[in-house]
Amino acid sequence: MSPEPSRLALRFKPENASFKAKVAELSGEEIDLCFQCGACSSGCPLTAEMDLLPSKVIRYVQLGEEAVLESKTIWVCSTCFNCEVRCPRGIDIANVMEALRQLMLRKKYDRVSLDALEPEELRGLPQIAIISNLRKLTA
Amino acid sequence: MRLPYYPGCTLKTTAQNFEESALASARALGVELVELPRWNCCGTVHALAKDDVMHYLAPIRNLIRVEEMAESGLVDEKRVVTLCAMCYNTLKRANAVVKEDQEKMQKVREIMERENPYGGSVQVVHLLQVLRDLDWSKVADRVERPLKGLRVAPYYGCLLLRPRGFGIDDVDNPQVMERLLEALGAEVVNIPFKTKCCGAYHTVQMKEVVAELSHRILDQASSAGADMVATACPLCEYNLGPRQEEVKKLFRGFAPLPVVYFTQLMALAFGLEEATGFEQNDPDPRPALRARGLLKEES
Ligand code: SF4
Ligand code: SF4
Repeated sequence: MSPEPSRLALRFKPENASFKAKVAELSGEEIDLCFQCGACSSGCPLTAEMDLLPSKVIRYVQLGEEAVLESKTIWVCSTCFNCEVRCPRGIDIANVMEALRQLMLRKKYDRVSLDALEPEELRGLPQIAIISNLRKLTA
Repeated sequence: MRLPYYPGCTLKTTAQNFEESALASARALGVELVELPRWNCCGTVHALAKDDVMHYLAPIRNLIRVEEMAESGLVDEKRVVTLCAMCYNTLKRANAVVKEDQEKMQKVREIMERENPYGGSVQVVHLLQVLRDLDWSKVADRVERPLKGLRVAPYYGCLLLRPRGFGIDDVDNPQVMERLLEALGAEVVNIPFKTKCCGAYHTVQMKEVVAELSHRILDQASSAGADMVATACPLCEYNLGPRQEEVKKLFRGFAPLPVVYFTQLMALAFGLEEATGFEQNDPDPRPALRARGLLKEES
Protein backbone atom coordinates (compact mmCIF):
# COMPACT_ATOMS: atom_id res chain seq x y z
CA MET A 1 0.00 0.00 0.00
CA SER A 2 2.39 2.76 1.21
CA PRO A 3 0.98 6.20 0.45
CA GLU A 4 3.31 8.68 -1.27
CA PRO A 5 6.22 9.74 0.95
CA SER A 6 5.00 13.33 0.99
CA ARG A 7 2.01 12.33 3.11
CA LEU A 8 4.31 11.23 5.89
CA ALA A 9 5.49 14.78 6.38
CA LEU A 10 1.97 15.98 7.03
CA ARG A 11 0.97 17.21 10.43
CA PHE A 12 -1.85 15.68 12.42
CA LYS A 13 -5.14 16.76 10.89
CA PRO A 14 -7.97 17.47 13.32
CA GLU A 15 -10.38 15.46 11.18
CA ASN A 16 -8.25 12.38 11.89
CA ALA A 17 -8.88 12.64 15.61
CA SER A 18 -11.70 10.14 15.76
CA PHE A 19 -9.69 7.32 14.14
CA LYS A 20 -6.80 7.99 16.48
CA ALA A 21 -9.12 8.03 19.49
CA LYS A 22 -10.75 4.76 18.41
CA VAL A 23 -7.40 2.99 18.17
CA ALA A 24 -6.30 4.41 21.51
CA GLU A 25 -9.50 3.22 23.15
CA LEU A 26 -9.47 -0.28 21.67
CA SER A 27 -5.78 -0.81 22.37
CA GLY A 28 -5.65 0.96 25.71
CA GLU A 29 -2.33 2.48 24.66
CA GLU A 30 -1.20 6.09 24.84
CA ILE A 31 -0.02 6.46 21.27
CA ASP A 32 1.49 9.94 21.67
CA LEU A 33 4.14 8.59 24.03
CA CYS A 34 5.98 7.17 21.01
CA PHE A 35 9.02 9.23 20.02
CA GLN A 36 9.95 7.05 17.03
CA CYS A 37 13.09 5.51 18.47
CA GLY A 38 12.61 2.39 16.34
CA ALA A 39 13.40 -0.13 19.08
CA CYS A 40 10.17 -2.01 18.36
CA SER A 41 11.07 -2.39 14.70
CA SER A 42 14.65 -3.44 15.35
CA GLY A 43 13.60 -6.42 17.46
CA CYS A 44 10.62 -7.49 15.39
CA PRO A 45 11.17 -10.95 13.88
CA LEU A 46 8.80 -10.38 10.96
CA THR A 47 9.88 -7.08 9.41
CA ALA A 48 11.06 -8.87 6.25
CA GLU A 49 7.42 -9.66 5.48
CA MET A 50 6.02 -6.24 6.41
CA ASP A 51 5.29 -3.22 4.22
CA LEU A 52 5.41 -0.79 7.16
CA LEU A 53 7.76 -1.20 10.11
CA PRO A 54 5.97 -1.51 13.47
CA SER A 55 7.27 1.96 14.47
CA LYS A 56 5.78 3.36 11.25
CA VAL A 57 2.44 1.82 12.10
CA ILE A 58 2.54 3.67 15.40
CA ARG A 59 3.43 6.89 13.57
CA TYR A 60 0.46 6.47 11.23
CA VAL A 61 -1.80 6.04 14.23
CA GLN A 62 -0.30 9.15 15.84
CA LEU A 63 -1.30 11.03 12.72
CA GLY A 64 -4.69 9.35 12.72
CA GLU A 65 -4.08 8.07 9.20
CA GLU A 66 -6.69 5.44 8.52
CA ALA A 67 -4.68 4.19 5.53
CA VAL A 68 -2.73 2.12 8.06
CA LEU A 69 -5.62 -0.35 7.95
CA GLU A 70 -4.52 -1.34 4.45
CA SER A 71 -1.08 -2.27 5.67
CA LYS A 72 0.07 -5.87 5.41
CA THR A 73 1.98 -5.38 8.66
CA ILE A 74 -1.02 -5.65 10.95
CA TRP A 75 -1.68 -9.16 9.62
CA VAL A 76 1.93 -10.26 9.53
CA CYS A 77 2.53 -9.34 13.19
CA SER A 78 2.55 -12.61 15.16
CA THR A 79 1.74 -11.02 18.55
CA CYS A 80 5.12 -12.12 19.90
CA PHE A 81 5.43 -9.09 22.25
CA ASN A 82 9.09 -8.58 21.43
CA CYS A 83 8.34 -4.94 20.71
CA GLU A 84 6.43 -4.60 23.95
CA VAL A 85 9.42 -5.55 26.10
CA ARG A 86 11.69 -3.24 24.08
CA CYS A 87 9.64 -0.04 24.00
CA PRO A 88 11.26 2.56 26.29
CA ARG A 89 7.94 4.39 26.50
CA GLY A 90 5.99 1.39 27.73
CA ILE A 91 3.73 1.13 24.71
CA ASP A 92 2.39 -2.32 23.99
CA ILE A 93 2.64 -2.21 20.21
CA ALA A 94 1.01 -5.64 19.94
CA ASN A 95 -2.13 -4.14 21.49
CA VAL A 96 -2.15 -1.45 18.81
CA MET A 97 -1.76 -4.08 16.08
CA GLU A 98 -4.68 -5.96 17.60
CA ALA A 99 -6.85 -2.83 17.68
CA LEU A 100 -6.12 -2.24 13.99
CA ARG A 101 -6.92 -5.85 13.10
CA GLN A 102 -10.11 -5.64 15.12
CA LEU A 103 -11.24 -2.54 13.23
CA MET A 104 -11.05 -4.62 10.05
CA LEU A 105 -12.35 -7.91 11.47
CA ARG A 106 -15.38 -6.23 12.99
CA LYS A 107 -16.40 -5.24 9.49
CA LYS A 108 -16.70 -8.96 8.76
CA TYR A 109 -13.38 -9.08 6.98
CA ASP A 110 -11.61 -12.45 6.81
CA ARG A 111 -7.91 -12.27 6.15
CA VAL A 112 -7.48 -16.02 5.71
CA SER A 113 -9.50 -19.13 5.08
CA LEU A 114 -8.78 -22.75 5.87
CA ASP A 115 -10.41 -23.86 2.61
CA ALA A 116 -7.14 -23.75 0.70
CA LEU A 117 -5.54 -26.32 3.00
CA GLU A 118 -5.42 -30.01 2.16
CA PRO A 119 -7.33 -32.09 4.76
CA GLU A 120 -4.10 -34.00 5.32
CA GLU A 121 -2.23 -30.83 6.24
CA LEU A 122 -5.05 -29.56 8.45
CA ARG A 123 -5.08 -32.81 10.42
CA GLY A 124 -1.36 -32.55 11.14
CA LEU A 125 -1.59 -29.06 12.63
CA PRO A 126 -1.83 -28.63 16.40
CA GLN A 127 -5.24 -27.24 17.44
CA ILE A 128 -3.61 -24.25 19.11
CA ALA A 129 -2.22 -23.28 15.68
CA ILE A 130 -5.59 -23.41 13.96
CA ILE A 131 -7.59 -21.76 16.71
CA SER A 132 -5.15 -18.90 17.28
CA ASN A 133 -4.84 -18.38 13.53
CA LEU A 134 -8.61 -18.03 13.17
CA ARG A 135 -8.90 -15.89 16.29
CA LYS A 136 -6.33 -13.46 14.95
CA LEU A 137 -7.13 -13.40 11.27
CA THR A 138 -10.85 -14.01 10.76
CA ALA A 139 -14.02 -12.17 11.73
CA MET B 1 0.98 -32.54 46.83
CA ARG B 2 -2.08 -32.63 44.58
CA LEU B 3 -2.33 -29.68 42.16
CA PRO B 4 -5.08 -28.91 39.65
CA TYR B 5 -3.90 -29.42 36.09
CA TYR B 6 -5.26 -27.78 32.95
CA PRO B 7 -4.16 -29.73 29.84
CA GLY B 8 -5.69 -27.79 26.96
CA CYS B 9 -6.61 -29.28 23.59
CA THR B 10 -3.24 -29.91 22.00
CA LEU B 11 -1.93 -31.95 24.91
CA LYS B 12 -4.52 -34.55 24.00
CA THR B 13 -3.49 -34.79 20.35
CA THR B 14 -0.20 -33.70 18.80
CA ALA B 15 1.47 -33.23 22.19
CA GLN B 16 0.46 -36.40 24.03
CA ASN B 17 4.14 -37.03 24.64
CA PHE B 18 4.30 -33.70 26.51
CA GLU B 19 1.41 -34.61 28.79
CA GLU B 20 2.44 -38.19 29.43
CA SER B 21 6.04 -37.31 30.28
CA ALA B 22 4.97 -34.36 32.43
CA LEU B 23 2.48 -36.29 34.52
CA ALA B 24 4.92 -39.15 35.11
CA SER B 25 7.86 -36.91 36.01
CA ALA B 26 5.80 -34.71 38.30
CA ARG B 27 4.49 -37.79 40.08
CA ALA B 28 8.04 -39.01 40.53
CA LEU B 29 8.72 -35.76 42.38
CA GLY B 30 5.65 -36.14 44.59
CA VAL B 31 3.45 -33.77 42.60
CA GLU B 32 0.14 -35.27 41.54
CA LEU B 33 -1.33 -33.30 38.64
CA VAL B 34 -5.10 -33.74 38.82
CA GLU B 35 -6.88 -32.94 35.56
CA LEU B 36 -9.72 -30.42 35.75
CA PRO B 37 -13.13 -32.00 35.27
CA ARG B 38 -15.13 -30.63 32.31
CA TRP B 39 -12.44 -28.23 31.14
CA ASN B 40 -12.82 -26.36 27.87
CA CYS B 41 -10.50 -24.79 25.32
CA CYS B 42 -9.03 -21.57 26.74
CA GLY B 43 -9.22 -19.81 23.36
CA THR B 44 -5.42 -20.03 22.85
CA VAL B 45 -4.82 -16.28 22.69
CA HIS B 46 -5.50 -13.52 25.18
CA ALA B 47 -8.16 -11.04 24.11
CA LEU B 48 -6.12 -7.87 23.67
CA ALA B 49 -8.92 -5.48 22.64
CA LYS B 50 -9.98 -3.51 25.68
CA ASP B 51 -13.72 -3.83 25.07
CA ASP B 52 -13.66 -7.62 24.68
CA VAL B 53 -15.58 -9.57 27.31
CA MET B 54 -16.72 -12.58 25.33
CA HIS B 55 -13.28 -14.13 25.07
CA TYR B 56 -12.83 -14.08 28.83
CA LEU B 57 -15.60 -16.60 29.34
CA ALA B 58 -13.63 -19.64 28.16
CA PRO B 59 -10.55 -19.11 30.32
CA ILE B 60 -12.50 -18.01 33.39
CA ARG B 61 -14.84 -20.99 33.18
CA ASN B 62 -11.77 -23.19 33.62
CA LEU B 63 -10.73 -21.21 36.69
CA ILE B 64 -14.20 -21.78 38.16
CA ARG B 65 -13.52 -25.52 37.78
CA VAL B 66 -10.32 -25.03 39.80
CA GLU B 67 -12.17 -23.32 42.65
CA GLU B 68 -14.74 -26.14 42.65
CA MET B 69 -12.02 -28.79 42.77
CA ALA B 70 -10.39 -27.14 45.73
CA GLU B 71 -13.70 -26.83 47.52
CA SER B 72 -14.52 -30.49 47.10
CA GLY B 73 -11.08 -31.48 48.34
CA LEU B 74 -9.84 -32.98 45.08
CA VAL B 75 -6.69 -30.90 45.24
CA ASP B 76 -4.60 -29.26 47.95
CA GLU B 77 -4.13 -25.86 46.34
CA LYS B 78 -5.72 -23.44 43.90
CA ARG B 79 -2.52 -23.15 41.91
CA VAL B 80 -3.52 -24.46 38.48
CA VAL B 81 -0.64 -25.99 36.55
CA THR B 82 -0.34 -25.62 32.78
CA LEU B 83 2.08 -27.18 30.31
CA CYS B 84 1.24 -25.47 27.03
CA ALA B 85 2.74 -21.97 26.87
CA MET B 86 -0.31 -20.61 25.06
CA CYS B 87 -2.74 -21.96 27.65
CA TYR B 88 -0.51 -20.61 30.40
CA ASN B 89 -0.52 -17.14 28.92
CA THR B 90 -4.23 -17.06 28.12
CA LEU B 91 -5.38 -18.28 31.53
CA LYS B 92 -2.88 -16.13 33.38
CA ARG B 93 -3.79 -12.92 31.57
CA ALA B 94 -7.55 -13.44 31.68
CA ASN B 95 -7.27 -14.11 35.40
CA ALA B 96 -5.29 -10.91 35.93
CA VAL B 97 -7.77 -8.80 33.95
CA VAL B 98 -10.93 -9.91 35.76
CA LYS B 99 -9.25 -9.68 39.15
CA GLU B 100 -8.30 -6.08 38.46
CA ASP B 101 -11.36 -4.94 36.52
CA GLN B 102 -14.42 -5.42 38.72
CA GLU B 103 -16.75 -4.35 35.96
CA LYS B 104 -15.44 -7.05 33.67
CA MET B 105 -15.60 -9.61 36.46
CA GLN B 106 -19.23 -8.68 37.06
CA LYS B 107 -20.09 -9.03 33.38
CA VAL B 108 -18.38 -12.39 33.15
CA ARG B 109 -20.37 -13.61 36.16
CA GLU B 110 -23.62 -12.34 34.73
CA ILE B 111 -23.11 -13.97 31.35
CA MET B 112 -22.19 -17.28 32.96
CA GLU B 113 -25.10 -17.13 35.38
CA ARG B 114 -25.45 -20.89 35.53
CA GLU B 115 -21.89 -21.34 36.74
CA ASN B 116 -20.66 -20.63 40.25
CA PRO B 117 -19.43 -17.03 40.34
CA TYR B 118 -15.66 -16.91 39.93
CA GLY B 119 -14.11 -15.92 43.25
CA GLY B 120 -10.79 -14.76 41.81
CA SER B 121 -8.78 -17.00 44.11
CA VAL B 122 -6.90 -19.03 41.51
CA GLN B 123 -3.23 -18.68 40.66
CA VAL B 124 -2.10 -19.76 37.18
CA VAL B 125 1.37 -21.29 36.94
CA HIS B 126 3.49 -23.28 34.52
CA LEU B 127 5.06 -26.61 35.47
CA LEU B 128 8.53 -25.07 35.18
CA GLN B 129 7.64 -22.71 38.04
CA VAL B 130 6.44 -25.60 40.19
CA LEU B 131 9.73 -27.39 39.59
CA ARG B 132 11.75 -24.29 40.42
CA ASP B 133 9.80 -23.88 43.67
CA LEU B 134 10.55 -27.48 44.62
CA ASP B 135 14.26 -26.73 44.49
CA TRP B 136 16.63 -28.07 41.87
CA SER B 137 18.44 -30.29 44.34
CA LYS B 138 15.24 -32.27 44.78
CA VAL B 139 15.04 -32.75 41.03
CA ALA B 140 18.70 -33.75 40.88
CA ASP B 141 18.21 -36.28 43.70
CA ARG B 142 15.54 -38.08 41.70
CA VAL B 143 17.76 -38.57 38.64
CA GLU B 144 18.54 -42.22 37.91
CA ARG B 145 20.12 -41.83 34.51
CA PRO B 146 21.99 -38.51 34.30
CA LEU B 147 21.85 -37.05 30.80
CA LYS B 148 25.61 -37.03 30.70
CA GLY B 149 27.11 -35.59 27.55
CA LEU B 150 23.76 -34.62 26.08
CA ARG B 151 23.92 -31.12 24.67
CA VAL B 152 20.56 -29.36 24.83
CA ALA B 153 19.59 -25.86 23.67
CA PRO B 154 16.62 -24.48 25.64
CA TYR B 155 14.11 -22.56 23.54
CA TYR B 156 11.45 -20.49 25.32
CA GLY B 157 9.64 -18.70 22.52
CA CYS B 158 7.26 -15.89 23.40
CA LEU B 159 4.36 -16.62 25.67
CA LEU B 160 6.17 -18.11 28.65
CA LEU B 161 8.04 -14.82 29.00
CA ARG B 162 6.05 -11.97 27.52
CA PRO B 163 4.48 -9.50 27.84
CA ARG B 164 6.11 -7.85 30.84
CA GLY B 165 4.61 -8.96 34.11
CA PHE B 166 3.22 -12.25 32.83
CA GLY B 167 6.34 -14.31 32.25
CA ILE B 168 7.69 -17.17 34.34
CA ASP B 169 11.23 -15.80 34.23
CA ASP B 170 13.45 -12.90 33.16
CA VAL B 171 12.35 -11.62 29.74
CA ASP B 172 15.89 -11.16 28.43
CA ASN B 173 17.75 -14.08 29.87
CA PRO B 174 15.48 -16.74 31.33
CA GLN B 175 17.28 -19.48 33.25
CA VAL B 176 14.63 -21.90 34.51
CA MET B 177 15.05 -24.49 31.74
CA GLU B 178 18.82 -24.14 31.99
CA ARG B 179 18.74 -24.97 35.72
CA LEU B 180 16.44 -27.92 35.09
CA LEU B 181 18.68 -29.34 32.36
CA GLU B 182 21.71 -28.99 34.63
CA ALA B 183 19.85 -30.79 37.41
CA LEU B 184 19.19 -33.60 34.95
CA GLY B 185 22.88 -33.80 34.17
CA ALA B 186 22.66 -32.41 30.64
CA GLU B 187 24.91 -29.80 29.11
CA VAL B 188 23.23 -26.47 28.35
CA VAL B 189 23.81 -24.90 24.94
CA ASN B 190 23.04 -21.19 24.79
CA ILE B 191 21.54 -19.72 21.67
CA PRO B 192 20.91 -16.00 21.10
CA PHE B 193 17.42 -16.62 19.72
CA LYS B 194 16.09 -18.63 22.65
CA THR B 195 13.33 -16.05 23.17
CA LYS B 196 12.71 -15.10 19.53
CA CYS B 197 9.38 -15.95 17.89
CA CYS B 198 9.09 -19.08 15.70
CA GLY B 199 6.26 -17.52 13.67
CA ALA B 200 3.50 -19.00 15.82
CA TYR B 201 0.09 -19.35 14.15
CA HIS B 202 1.44 -18.20 10.79
CA THR B 203 2.39 -21.83 10.38
CA VAL B 204 -1.12 -22.37 8.98
CA GLN B 205 -0.92 -20.07 5.93
CA MET B 206 2.69 -18.86 5.88
CA LYS B 207 4.74 -21.99 6.47
CA GLU B 208 7.67 -20.69 4.41
CA VAL B 209 7.97 -17.70 6.72
CA VAL B 210 7.84 -20.01 9.72
CA ALA B 211 10.49 -22.18 8.09
CA GLU B 212 12.76 -19.12 7.74
CA LEU B 213 12.33 -18.17 11.39
CA SER B 214 12.70 -21.75 12.61
CA HIS B 215 15.78 -22.22 10.50
CA ARG B 216 17.52 -19.30 12.22
CA ILE B 217 16.81 -20.80 15.62
CA LEU B 218 17.74 -24.36 14.65
CA ASP B 219 20.85 -23.25 12.83
CA GLN B 220 22.09 -21.42 15.91
CA ALA B 221 21.54 -24.57 17.97
CA SER B 222 23.29 -26.82 15.43
CA SER B 223 26.24 -24.47 15.02
CA ALA B 224 26.66 -24.37 18.78
CA GLY B 225 26.87 -28.16 18.80
CA ALA B 226 23.47 -28.97 20.30
CA ASP B 227 22.14 -32.54 20.02
CA MET B 228 18.60 -31.25 20.36
CA VAL B 229 16.38 -28.32 21.30
CA ALA B 230 14.10 -28.38 24.36
CA THR B 231 10.83 -26.48 24.44
CA ALA B 232 7.68 -26.00 26.53
CA CYS B 233 5.14 -25.14 23.85
CA PRO B 234 3.36 -27.49 21.43
CA LEU B 235 3.24 -24.77 18.77
CA CYS B 236 6.97 -24.07 19.05
CA GLU B 237 7.54 -27.83 18.94
CA TYR B 238 5.54 -28.09 15.73
CA ASN B 239 7.19 -25.11 14.05
CA LEU B 240 10.70 -26.17 15.00
CA GLY B 241 10.10 -29.91 14.56
CA PRO B 242 7.72 -31.19 11.86
CA ARG B 243 8.12 -27.92 9.95
CA GLN B 244 11.73 -28.93 9.26
CA GLU B 245 10.26 -30.54 6.12
CA GLU B 246 9.74 -26.98 4.84
CA VAL B 247 13.13 -25.85 6.13
CA LYS B 248 14.73 -28.61 4.05
CA LYS B 249 13.04 -27.29 0.91
CA LEU B 250 14.35 -23.77 1.51
CA PHE B 251 17.84 -24.50 2.80
CA ARG B 252 19.86 -27.01 0.92
CA GLY B 253 22.10 -29.11 3.12
CA PHE B 254 20.06 -28.45 6.26
CA ALA B 255 20.65 -31.25 8.76
CA PRO B 256 17.57 -32.19 10.84
CA LEU B 257 17.77 -31.44 14.55
CA PRO B 258 15.44 -33.12 17.08
CA VAL B 259 13.14 -30.95 19.20
CA VAL B 260 11.76 -32.36 22.47
CA TYR B 261 9.69 -31.20 25.42
CA PHE B 262 11.68 -30.54 28.60
CA THR B 263 9.44 -33.06 30.35
CA GLN B 264 10.55 -35.85 28.02
CA LEU B 265 14.14 -35.31 29.09
CA MET B 266 13.01 -35.32 32.71
CA ALA B 267 11.19 -38.62 32.27
CA LEU B 268 14.27 -40.10 30.61
CA ALA B 269 16.59 -38.93 33.38
CA PHE B 270 14.18 -40.23 36.04
CA GLY B 271 14.29 -43.68 34.45
CA LEU B 272 10.68 -43.47 33.25
CA GLU B 273 11.46 -44.50 29.72
CA GLU B 274 7.95 -45.82 29.02
CA ALA B 275 6.58 -42.29 29.59
CA THR B 276 9.01 -40.43 27.36
CA GLY B 277 6.96 -40.76 24.16
CA PHE B 278 9.93 -40.02 21.89
CA GLU B 279 8.27 -42.01 19.09
CA GLN B 280 5.85 -39.10 18.64
CA ASN B 281 8.61 -36.55 17.94
CA ASP B 282 9.59 -35.58 14.43
CA PRO B 283 12.54 -35.58 13.74
CA ASP B 284 13.18 -38.66 15.87
CA PRO B 285 15.41 -37.80 18.86
CA ARG B 286 16.20 -41.45 19.64
CA PRO B 287 19.27 -41.84 17.41
CA ALA B 288 20.89 -38.83 19.12
CA LEU B 289 20.02 -40.24 22.54
CA ARG B 290 21.43 -43.63 21.60
CA ALA B 291 24.60 -41.99 20.37
CA ARG B 292 25.04 -40.51 23.85
CA GLY B 293 24.35 -43.89 25.41
CA LEU B 294 21.10 -42.71 26.98
CA LEU B 295 18.84 -45.19 25.22
CA LYS B 296 19.49 -48.85 24.53
CA GLU B 297 20.38 -49.80 20.99
CA GLU B 298 17.41 -50.73 18.85
CA SER B 299 16.58 -54.40 19.20
S1 SF4 C 1 4.35 -8.28 18.36
FE1 SF4 C 1 4.18 -7.99 16.15
S2 SF4 C 1 5.13 -6.02 15.76
FE2 SF4 C 1 5.75 -6.62 17.80
S3 SF4 C 1 7.73 -7.62 17.50
FE3 SF4 C 1 6.17 -9.23 17.45
S4 SF4 C 1 5.64 -9.48 15.29
FE4 SF4 C 1 6.73 -7.52 15.49
S1 SF4 D 1 9.80 1.30 20.68
FE1 SF4 D 1 8.07 2.52 21.47
S2 SF4 D 1 8.82 4.64 21.41
FE2 SF4 D 1 10.21 3.45 20.12
S3 SF4 D 1 9.32 3.64 18.05
FE3 SF4 D 1 8.46 1.77 18.92
S4 SF4 D 1 6.54 2.41 19.87
FE4 SF4 D 1 7.73 4.28 19.50
